[in-house]
Amino acid sequence: MSIHLILFLAFGAVCVAGAINLLAQTHPINSALSLIAVMAALAGEYLLLGAEFVAAVQVIVYAGAIMVLFVFTIMLLNAGEEERTKGSRVATLFGVPGILIASVLVGWMVLRHSGTEAVAAGALPGDPRTIGQLLFHDFLLPFEITSVLILIAIMGSVVLASKPPTTPRSVSVRKVD
Amino acid sequence: MTSNLNLWLIPVLPLAGAAINGIFGKKSSRTAISTVGLVLSGAAFAWALAVVFRISTAELPYQEYLAHWIRSGSFTVDFAFYLDQLSLIMLLVVTGVGFLIHVYSVGYMWDDPSYCRFFAYLNLFLFFMLTLILANNYLLMFIGWEGVGLASYLLIGFWFTKDSAAAAGKKAFIVNRIGDFGFLIGLFLIIQHFGTLNFTQVFDQVRPLAPETAGAGFLTAIGLLLMVGACGKSAQIPLYVWLPDAMEGPTPVSALIHAATMVTAGVYMVSRSHVIFERAPSALTVVAIIGTLTALFAATIGITQTDIKKVLAYSTVSQLGYMFMACGVGAFSAGVFHLMTHAFFKGLLFLAAGSVIHSVGGEQDMRKMGGLRSYIPWTFMTMGIATLAIAGIPPLAGFWSKDEILWKAYQTNWVYWLIGVVTAFITSFYMFRLLFMTFFGDYHGAHVDEHGHGSHDAGHGHGEPHESPMVMLIPLMILAVLSLVGGLVGYGNRFEHFLEPVFGTGVVSASASETASHFTEYLLMGISVTVAVLGFVFAYILYVSQPHLPQKIADALGGFYKTVLDKYYVDEIYAAVLVKPLIDASTRILWQGVDRNVIDAAVNESATGARSVSNEVRKMQSGNLRSYAGWIAAGAACVIAYMVWMGVAR
Amino acid sequence: MVPISYYLVLSGFLFACGVAGFLIKRNIITIFMSIELMLNGVNLSFVAFAAHWHVIAGEAKGLVPLSGQVFVFFVMVVAAAEAAVGLAIIIAVYRNRETLNVDQLNLLKL
Repeated sequence: MSIHLILFLAFGAVCVAGAINLLAQTHPINSALSLIAVMAALAGEYLLLGAEFVAAVQVIVYAGAIMVLFVFTIMLLNAGEEERTKGSRVATLFGVPGILIASVLVGWMVLRHSGTEAVAAGALPGDPRTIGQLLFHDFLLPFEITSVLILIAIMGSVVLASKPPTTPRSVSVRKVD
Repeated sequence: MTSNLNLWLIPVLPLAGAAINGIFGKKSSRTAISTVGLVLSGAAFAWALAVVFRISTAELPYQEYLAHWIRSGSFTVDFAFYLDQLSLIMLLVVTGVGFLIHVYSVGYMWDDPSYCRFFAYLNLFLFFMLTLILANNYLLMFIGWEGVGLASYLLIGFWFTKDSAAAAGKKAFIVNRIGDFGFLIGLFLIIQHFGTLNFTQVFDQVRPLAPETAGAGFLTAIGLLLMVGACGKSAQIPLYVWLPDAMEGPTPVSALIHAATMVTAGVYMVSRSHVIFERAPSALTVVAIIGTLTALFAATIGITQTDIKKVLAYSTVSQLGYMFMACGVGAFSAGVFHLMTHAFFKGLLFLAAGSVIHSVGGEQDMRKMGGLRSYIPWTFMTMGIATLAIAGIPPLAGFWSKDEILWKAYQTNWVYWLIGVVTAFITSFYMFRLLFMTFFGDYHGAHVDEHGHGSHDAGHGHGEPHESPMVMLIPLMILAVLSLVGGLVGYGNRFEHFLEPVFGTGVVSASASETASHFTEYLLMGISVTVAVLGFVFAYILYVSQPHLPQKIADALGGFYKTVLDKYYVDEIYAAVLVKPLIDASTRILWQGVDRNVIDAAVNESATGARSVSNEVRKMQSGNLRSYAGWIAAGAACVIAYMVWMGVAR
Repeated sequence: MVPISYYLVLSGFLFACGVAGFLIKRNIITIFMSIELMLNGVNLSFVAFAAHWHVIAGEAKGLVPLSGQVFVFFVMVVAAAEAAVGLAIIIAVYRNRETLNVDQLNLLKL
């Protein structure tokens, strides 16, 4: 029972609890907050795996920016509690059991066939310098493409979310008179 | 060879006439149309005459090659013309009589609204007939064969708005088709055995073969099949039924096509293939039997008919039977001789009948005529000459040719001769009956302007019968002259000698002993003349001196008379036995069974099936986002499971 | 020492929860958050494998085993872009339909 394992289990418990809570809550803001908890715990997991830079980015970008965006939207739209309406039969009949079974299957396979190589925290490089070298040497092209992707996303979201023009533009309207 | 005769001009000139009248005729004046039609058919006749004068017998047979047609391996068929004595005679007959009938039509059809169409079709017919005659191979002849059938259909159904005319046109074409089917199979057999359809090549291969006396071989088959084709085109038993119906067409059409030219195509074809027939005695016998029976059969029907054109139609069938009888006993030149004289007097008979019909305002029933000789003397005289000719009274044309046939028939088998003589008696009888009923006695027709049957004279308004215009009478006179003197070319066997290079001395007639005496020949001649005179006498008694007698005789014969009057019910038998089952089978099996339930159903069912399948699949796209999500998750689960299974299997 | 498979199981569980939320929930923003949960699970998987390959690469340790962590960057970038655009769409839809209930957003059909 090393400290590594204990920490892993602790963070893992928080992840699991947050995930289940996300499913259980009806108000979206509660789900958002649980998700933030999950992400924070995941950052801890990354640290245990020696990926300190990734952990930092996870907290800053994911939990700090993306989830904030979610919370903003929830507040903006004044999303209320969910109503109980009829959903899709396919989802409940096939989807949920399917994924459950599949994940159980996968978990079982993984646990059965994996070895016992352990990972020692701290023995793994994950410092920004190494990551930077990889990012700007081997993965330069994908890096540049992602920057273009972000540009597209910015333009898209601005266009999509902008208010429609209130005054009608000069459009040929069919006169009814 | 020698000089180029440019034979191709002869068919092409009428074709040009057909094209011009067909394309521009609607807007042209009647004068223009007539000029084009007459000039071009006249030019064809003139060119044929020129050919006759320019060529010498030493140059015959003459072949003129026009163009490539089929070159398929070793099988070659070309557009080429062949001229020998036989085709020379046919050429003159067709172009000459054709031209005269064109002239006649100018007068006869003057009031018809479709004037240009008539001349276009008439010229078209000339083109096809000339192609048939001049062809140097069976395939080109078959094209002409089919083409004249087409022209006949178009011309019989010329007044196609009349149901009976349209039906008659169809009947002619369909019955001809049956004959053509046999003809085609015969051609296929020729190709199979001889590898070519060219006359010269086929006959050169056939000549060394021995006659098939021991039963039937392939030559007999070919001969019989060719005869089937001839039966269709030349209206012999059992395919003659179209010819009486074909009288629905205008009278010049009946004269040209169904008397003088088209129906003789079968005789021409059989004569042309005489090399094959002479080596297939069984086929030749069949030809003779068919010809003889048809001659007698049609003549008996002719006695009872009251429509003037129908009498002439059955007379044509009967005379054609004579020609086939001649061919069947091996006397091909006699058959051709009769063909020529028949063209003269039968053409004249039809044209004169047309003149009669024209003068009484469209009436065709002889019972409503009578006593016309004072009204239309010229027509009466010419028709009288033609009647004398067909009855076989010397020295007119019909006597020479018919007697030649009977003499050759006697040399083969006296049964043929006997039936021929009986038929000659009946022929004379019904022809004089026609003459007396039409021109003698009292006029039974209407005097006021009633309309008759013929649609071309509707609303003409006749006070009383009047003579036809000169343009119609001159061809009658010319043909009358030909009927008078045309037979003299056969005097002293000159005709036969003329055709000797074509027919040789004949296999059959060689067996006839020349010494079987002139005495027998003169005796038979005398019998024929007696029989003809007897027919005249009987007709005179029954229709001039004792006009009440025919009805009494008819009543006495009762049912038998009625059967003959109704043409022995042949048409009805055909309709019940052949036509109705065919139509029923087509309707029930082919149309409702196959076409509707199989073909249409296949197409419709595949469409319906596609629609129902897509209806089911369409339900998947409901717009419900969660169902989409569910399907995606289910699909992902399947993929994951598959990958796990692959991983485990390794 | 924690075997690598433990991390993978955790990752798988998070992914499964994400899919379940994606299928069950009715609020469209919650569905979106389930998608983010799925992505996070995948990220954990990437990083775990990066560590795993580093361990078993042995003597020939290069930098390439760390591509797992680099890939996490790309996943995060895509997640960010997708979240931005998706939320913009949700706002536009809300403006038109006045509802966030996914069952009422059923116009995605012919």
